[in-house]
Amino acid sequence: MKHLLSASDLSRDEAVLILDTAAAMAATQERAIKKLPTLRGRTVVNLFFEDSTRTRISFETAAKRLSADVINFSARGSSVSKGESLKDTALTLQAMGADAVVIRHQASGAPHVLAQSGWTRGAVLNAGDGTHQHPTQALLDAYTLRHHLVGLRAATDPVGRDLAGLDVVIVGDILHSRVARSNVELLHTLGATVTLVAPPTLVPVGVEPWPCAVSYDFDEVLDAGPDAVMMLRIQRERMVDGGFFPSPWEYTRNYGLDARRLARLPDHTIVLHPGPMNRGLEISADAADSPRAVIVEQVANGVAVRMAALYLLLTGADHMQGETE
Amino acid sequence: MTAYLLQGVRPLGGEPTDVLVGDGTILVIGATAAGTAEATEAERLDVSGLVLLPGLVDLHTHLREPGREDAETIASGSRAAALGGFTCVHAMANTLPVADTAGVVEQVWQLGRDAGYVDVRPVGAVTAGLGGERLAELGAMAQSHAAVRVFSDDGKCVADPVVMRRALEYAKAFDAVIAQHAQEPRLTTTAQMHEGQVSAELGLAGWPAVAEEAIVARDVLLAEHVGSRLHVLHLSTAGSVEIVRWAKTRGIDVTAEVTPHHLYLTDERVRSYDPVFKVNPPLRTAADVEAVRAGLADGTIDTVGTDHAPHPREDKDCEWAAAAFGMTGLETALSVVQAAMVDTGAMTWADVARVMSATPARIGRVGDQGRPLAVGEPANLTVVDPDARRVVVPADQATASVNTPFAGMELPGRVVATFLHGRPTVMDGRLVEPAT
Ligand SMILES: [Zn+2]
Repeated sequence: MKHLLSASDLSRDEAVLILDTAAAMAATQERAIKKLPTLRGRTVVNLFFEDSTRTRISFETAAKRLSADVINFSARGSSVSKGESLKDTALTLQAMGADAVVIRHQASGAPHVLAQSGWTRGAVLNAGDGTHQHPTQALLDAYTLRHHLVGLRAATDPVGRDLAGLDVVIVGDILHSRVARSNVELLHTLGATVTLVAPPTLVPVGVEPWPCAVSYDFDEVLDAGPDAVMMLRIQRERMVDGGFFPSPWEYTRNYGLDARRLARLPDHTIVLHPGPMNRGLEISADAADSPRAVIVEQVANGVAVRMAALYLLLTGADHMQGETE
Repeated sequence: MTAYLLQGVRPLGGEPTDVLVGDGTILVIGATAAGTAEATEAERLDVSGLVLLPGLVDLHTHLREPGREDAETIASGSRAAALGGFTCVHAMANTLPVADTAGVVEQVWQLGRDAGYVDVRPVGAVTAGLGGERLAELGAMAQSHAAVRVFSDDGKCVADPVVMRRALEYAKAFDAVIAQHAQEPRLTTTAQMHEGQVSAELGLAGWPAVAEEAIVARDVLLAEHVGSRLHVLHLSTAGSVEIVRWAKTRGIDVTAEVTPHHLYLTDERVRSYDPVFKVNPPLRTAADVEAVRAGLADGTIDTVGTDHAPHPREDKDCEWAAAAFGMTGLETALSVVQAAMVDTGAMTWADVARVMSATPARIGRVGDQGRPLAVGEPANLTVVDPDARRVVVPADQATASVNTPFAGMELPGRVVATFLHGRPTVMDGRLVEPAT
């Protein structure tokens, strides 16, 4: 694995390896001294063309806990501001000797362009590109699902296991969601069954070949008793055309997760949200703060998964070394 | 003026013969050509087995001058055109300043004459500044030395139905045609690529086929209502082919164009996120490619236009969303048409002459181009070696830009010679500097 650009880059075994590696990383984070020497002397650049403090901090924490040197580079994308181009920025980072570039960009495909251009020799890790992909988000969601629904539920160690047999529902703005695209691919690869739920205006034209079902009826899907419900953020900033639904209230009535809908679910069902949440729009406070919600855990798991991804990309290891076991 | 004897050439791909060219015209066709008095002085070209076509005519070229000489100049674009087998190109109006006055179109026309490689016919803007709101002075441009007969806001759609109606009506006074870039703007505000299965996966905003088809449908009905000529530029969808086919059966005076890239490439190419494949209208699906090929073969689509759209390197050396729309095409058009239509058996070389020379000349009202290969006709000629194969190398092209989507691909056919009014602009596949 030279780069991590898309969830579709990962085979079932590679994905399970990342989850297993993340589990080992998470175990080290229980210790008093959390820092590992693994990436000492390596440089990881966080190249963020789009503001996202939470994702940047997650990657920064992951890199630092592996003892890498971290450079945070905030740039404004050429598509928006005619600021410094992706190319010039990449060449600058190359001159700084970046071993890995973690890139967040508002343009779909920007990490692919970076990886294929020859502008950087480092590994490219996609931290979210436009409305395309966000593979580490999908990995941390898969990690969270496996931890709860494969591990805790059966009281077993989930290491080595995939998500076969799980029913996962993803609800909301599919059209603009890189989280949805990544999760559909990765969860399918790991053997889960995925159902997308959204008003038809927020489902992309051309969704037919995706390995998932699509429904416009949230309540009907909930009544089927899914194992997990993942709520997506309504991305008002991407809705420049407007008019995707008549009003926030109608959206909430039909597609919001609230206490009433929560009550229809089986006891074991968990609730996920990639954050940041629009409380009162796609998710009510009752739902966000309920014991079913694993939203805060997702954040912690994000660090472990990103440690695993950086470790595997930068060491080229296809199995975990003793030092982190 | 030197005379040229083309020996063993196959007019329109037919039987080999000799063709004597001199004084800007075709003097003799046939076995007797070599024995004539003019032939004794003539330069003899052994072109046996090669195909002779009337010089190609492009109704759709972006030469970028004035304003974007960093991408192309009329001189560099003219050289690219000659190497591609063209003897006449129509220079689109979306320059800086816009070609919306007699002054600008005459400047473009004059620069084309100065370059001397092809006849450059300026296209005038339909609306002032391509603003889409009020008509440019079509009359002044038509009556200028440039004698404009094709008007287009290409790059933008004349979206307002009233403005489009008036333009269609008004152009009748000069026997001119309105060439429409059919793109419903509200349906394509953020569009980056064809809307379908590939865009859904890539997370790029979609450019739906209906945004083209809705305008094509509206415009053929407007053309029928006011009894005007309409030319649909770069038709790209199966639905548009159906609408034009229907309009023609109704007797509506509509013609349609397809580009080489829409005959050959699909939206699958976008998976690379390489902006060299970013174009407007976008690359469509394999089913659309099949439909436009069928439409070209059965005459529903009348012409192939290159939509040669050079861009400086920095406008393509970036992420997809930031990149400019457009591809170069003058130096690959004939090869792509050969690959898509001739080598597949869908069309003959005579058909190629029709869609790349005769019909575009007729639509543009260019009297001395696109003429039959007959004695006494102007010697605007292209000699093609259909058996040659070549790999496209962007840096080796004459266009000032490198944004060809065919880079690295092997294509059939090579332009060996081009004659403009009897004078060679290309010989042995290389440019011939015009005598000054
Ligand atoms: Zn156009």
